Amino acid sequence: MKLLAVCGMGIGTSIILKTNAEQALRNLGVDGEVEVADIGTARGAAVTADVVLTSAELAAELGEVDAEVVVVDNFVDVDEITGKLSAAVRARG
Amino acid sequence: MTANSQQIALLDALPETAVAVGVRAADWREAITASGDLLVASGATTDAYTAEMIDTVERLGPYIVLAPGLALAHSRPSPSVLRTGLSWAALAAPVPFGHEANDPVRLVIGLAAVDHDAHSGALAKLARMLADTDRMRALQDATSAAEVRRLISEYEGGLQ
Repeated sequence: MKLLAVCGMGIGTSIILKTNAEQALRNLGVDGEVEVADIGTARGAAVTADVVLTSAELAAELGEVDAEVVVVDNFVDVDEITGKLSAAVRARG
Repeated sequence: MTANSQQIALLDALPETAVAVGVRAADWREAITASGDLLVASGATTDAYTAEMIDTVERLGPYIVLAPGLALAHSRPSPSVLRTGLSWAALAAPVPFGHEANDPVRLVIGLAAVDHDAHSGALAKLARMLADTDRMRALQDATSAAEVRRLISEYEGGLQ
């Protein structure tokens, strides 16, 4: 499973999200890899991703992509990320 | 950057000159400015970086408010970043950033990065500490910069 954490710059918020998404994957027992991207390159990077994690605002900016888009409100709430990722992983088969 | 630079301790990235509690800010710009001034005070950035952090929110919106009450103010690596560093501005009173889910903000953490990698170890540790609700509750109640750093030091010590 390939995940992409997207933030404005790809250096701050997305690394916080990546770290806690990796914990969420471990909680779910899902084998996966989380990469980061800034919003400028996210559409291209999303082509090879199964799941994109980002904020509501940046999800709107990202637009339609083939990957499952998971909107996270609280980037440090591993329970929220685990719950939302679980649904996305199921949707992805 | 050497491989070692990826192992920056959280506490090393956050010297006492970069930490302040009871910071007065009337709005989100003043709140970000406070976190930027602390980065300048600790020698991590020049004033230009503070303006770049504000510009980021003006262009991309308040997505930096990544959890209830918490903003991670930052911009891109640029000439105004002198070295990788963090700052910690705990506000005297919360201010709205215009974020739908996570307003108002009580704590602004400033981040200055020299490149895309050097800070990632410290930031990953920060991410895990922010996810630790007990530790964050204690940090929100801290009444001095020394206490903030002591609580972070305890947290990092516990990881080893």
